[in-house]
Amino acid sequence: MKITPEIIYNHGIKNDEYKKIINLMGKEPNLLELGIFSAMWNEHCSYKSSKKYLKTLPTKNKWVIQGPGENAGVVDIEDNDALVFKIESHNHPSFIEPYQGAATGVGGILRDVFTMGARPIAILNSIHFGYHNHPKTKNLLNGVVSGIGGYGNCMGIPTVGGEVKFSESYNENILVNAMAVGLVKKDKIFYSKAKGIDQSVVYVGSKTGRDGIHGASMASAEFDSNTEEKKPTVQVGDPFAEKLLLEACLELMKDDSIIAIQDMGAAGLTSSSVEMASKGNLGIEINLNKVPCREKKMTPYEMMLSESQERMLLILKSGKEDSAKNIFNKWGLDFSIIGKTTNSKNLVLNFNNKEAANIPLDALSTKAPIYDRKWKKSIVSKKIPPKEDYKSLNILECLKKILSTPNNSNKSWVWEQYDHTVMGDTVQKPGGDSAVVRIHGKNKGVAITVDSSSNYCLANPINGGKQVVCESWRNLISVGAHPIAITNCLNFGNPEKDQIMGQFVETIDGISQACTYLDFPVVSGNVSFYNETQNKSISPTPTIGGVGLIKNLDNMMSKNIKEIGSYLYVVGKTTGHLHQSEFFREIINMNEGPSPEINLFNEKNNGLSVQQLINNKLVNSVHDVSSGGILLALSEMCISGKIGAKIKIPENKISPHEYLFGEDQSRYIIEINEKNKNKVSNILKKNSIYFEIIGKTQKDSLDINKYLSINVEELNKLNSFWFKNYFAEN
Amino acid sequence: MKSSVIVFPGSNCDRDVAVALEKFHIKNQMVWHNESSLPKSDLVVLPGGFSYGDYLRTGSIASKSRIINDVIKHANEGGLVLGICNGFQILIETGLLPGVLLRNKKLRFISKDIFLKVNDFNNKFCLNYKKKNIIKLPIAHNEGNYFASNKILDNLENKNLIPFKYCDEKGNINKISNPNGSSNNIAAILNDKKNILGMMPHPERVIHPLLSGEDGSIMFESLTKLN
Repeated sequence: MKITPEIIYNHGIKNDEYKKIINLMGKEPNLLELGIFSAMWNEHCSYKSSKKYLKTLPTKNKWVIQGPGENAGVVDIEDNDALVFKIESHNHPSFIEPYQGAATGVGGILRDVFTMGARPIAILNSIHFGYHNHPKTKNLLNGVVSGIGGYGNCMGIPTVGGEVKFSESYNENILVNAMAVGLVKKDKIFYSKAKGIDQSVVYVGSKTGRDGIHGASMASAEFDSNTEEKKPTVQVGDPFAEKLLLEACLELMKDDSIIAIQDMGAAGLTSSSVEMASKGNLGIEINLNKVPCREKKMTPYEMMLSESQERMLLILKSGKEDSAKNIFNKWGLDFSIIGKTTNSKNLVLNFNNKEAANIPLDALSTKAPIYDRKWKKSIVSKKIPPKEDYKSLNILECLKKILSTPNNSNKSWVWEQYDHTVMGDTVQKPGGDSAVVRIHGKNKGVAITVDSSSNYCLANPINGGKQVVCESWRNLISVGAHPIAITNCLNFGNPEKDQIMGQFVETIDGISQACTYLDFPVVSGNVSFYNETQNKSISPTPTIGGVGLIKNLDNMMSKNIKEIGSYLYVVGKTTGHLHQSEFFREIINMNEGPSPEINLFNEKNNGLSVQQLINNKLVNSVHDVSSGGILLALSEMCISGKIGAKIKIPENKISPHEYLFGEDQSRYIIEINEKNKNKVSNILKKNSIYFEIIGKTQKDSLDINKYLSINVEELNKLNSFWFKNYFAEN
Repeated sequence: MKSSVIVFPGSNCDRDVAVALEKFHIKNQMVWHNESSLPKSDLVVLPGGFSYGDYLRTGSIASKSRIINDVIKHANEGGLVLGICNGFQILIETGLLPGVLLRNKKLRFISKDIFLKVNDFNNKFCLNYKKKNIIKLPIAHNEGNYFASNKILDNLENKNLIPFKYCDEKGNINKISNPNGSSNNIAAILNDKKNILGMMPHPERVIHPLLSGEDGSIMFESLTKLN
């Protein structure tokens, strides 16, 4: 078949890229070879626009065992235990087909984790939808939530946390980011680097079908008006097959049969074989007649580009094939030796005794294009005073409204569809600052949180990037954990536009600054560009998955107020920053202005001081102050503890609206028993921490000066009805 | 006391229940679905999960698996059988327990803590609930909506074969406290001889103070007492 300009275009390959292919191959590629280039050189697989900047992120600290570049990151959590974790996007497929898109997003991230030998112990997610009254939103939300639950529930891995957000910016491009965390013994970690020639290349798992062909290429382009036509590029998940694959892989991993292992995710058999061989600086030869196929007469092109789910590629030690095959047979899975490693440094594909493709591996990996795209600085808008006289608004009415918006409402409608208690180790459920999962059989735990803040990032990408890392850090501190490392999922528009590229470059700068200062490095992640439809991009949305260690679960902390008559402190200074706040957005409908500044010194100092108080058992409860400010944080503490509070706003120059709704960063509210009051105040003073004692807890009602008095049960009702109303379930 | 936990492809609460049994010093063995005979056991547990991927109908393929003949034999000889969640669905499919489990009334998966009123202590699983008869356990299922003919329901009620009913914090059994639409707020049922218990809630998930309570422990303590 002659390769025409139209075929090249349909493979998402630019003209100069095609010239480069001819140059690297020394000839024109055939259709199969072109398909393979398209699969490996697209943005999703090659990171060609982002690589230059991703390299600037800090990736090491004393806990990091494996940083970016593997299936997932790995950190040491002592006692020979290690955590394997990663977050990944499945945005484009989830918009086209929400249930399967979200389900296979979960399936993919789980495979990344158990590929490394870890048993997954937690799933989290960050999902963003359009305006709640947009005609597509309800169906997408319902489909995505069912899909996430459908996959995770069947796998028997608890979905322990996440976030759900709504904004017009996602009307035509929703975000579905899934994170998985696994537990492995430090000396039993598996990697994807092939070693040795003439070793068996083995295909295991489900059969290959015609689903998901060109999925990764689809995710590397904008949507147009014909998005519906892309449905066949979405994969179909089978969590039952994945559960069997998980158990079979972990059983095989008990001994040393496996040299290297890689899941078949984006770009399926192509990327897994290319990555394993090129990491090992070897060649690989595959007989495509040996690939287990679901349908008859599948072509080499379809086999290489299918993204059928629940498949793995292994390189086995010679002589271990039979014992490995027995394990996969026991679990009812396909096991087929499809090829071998070679010293040719080429990918060679044979079909019907003929060579169907032959490509130098470096052309697909190290020599793939890298772009230094043009970018421009984002314009940060000035602090314009709002037109509306917000200071005269009734504070109680404002609180009622903010508490019951879709973004601030209690999300139990969502997480009650996820099995969050299976495996019997979930010690802090969804709804807290971080989820906490006990390390099985031990009295230590891992705290996990997923956060994003696209409004802040749109207003100021550098600050926003810093802020979201700090938010993650704060959420881990708040449950008594020591923050260890993060994984990031960077969701942006079309990087070929200098403004979008600028958002990306500056967000990375912010993330990098915060990660470096807090010793909170990035160990894995993923970039999702082209979240754009008909020229309209999403807000820049970096999603951060943070992981921390609680060495002794007796020191675990939570946000619910524990007792009546204790003191409430605000740790960190409140200056009343309202631009980009929930208050301005929801109450006076103002979206302009700068996001709050982050002072990294204060962030670290405040956080480590709160940590010190927790570890010395001086605190009853802790909640970080984030969107919605002090008043929303206090309300959440009261609701979850079913206890009220009597607050007196400290005398200062800012208005009560600024004090209660301002979103200044690096702050926590902590609850202190009277007997610890002096000790706590002294520690905070000694650490040069700015703090205010704002009141005491009391029975049943939240009272603030003369401004408001409301029953806690009433707060709870306001916070709990939105989702049920939306789905008309009352 | 010896127990066997049957592991089907797709079971996912097998480890959790084994941990609970062992915590209460019950000597447990895991038994693969494809085995032809059970090891000597006082108690057989069919764990929660998605046996055979829930394909065809929840529990239906498991009810035809190789090991199940021996489980039925054990049950008919008076041996104890506990089916939790998917295990309950399997017991129904084998015919060891009557009725059906439909999809939840709201057609959604439900994972949350619920309250249960213990209505019968006169069986080997619930002896120790005499000390606490309103308990909190988690549920996590898509098909837990118990349905049966009036005749079956009357038999269950009259013979005290409904050890757990969904209730509120204070023990009121009503429509609001019914999470999935089950007839008569049924969360669990026993066979006539009371040696087979099928239940939707998961006692094995609440056996430590860190895990929203220890009300599940009471069931395993009851079983331990049998020695």
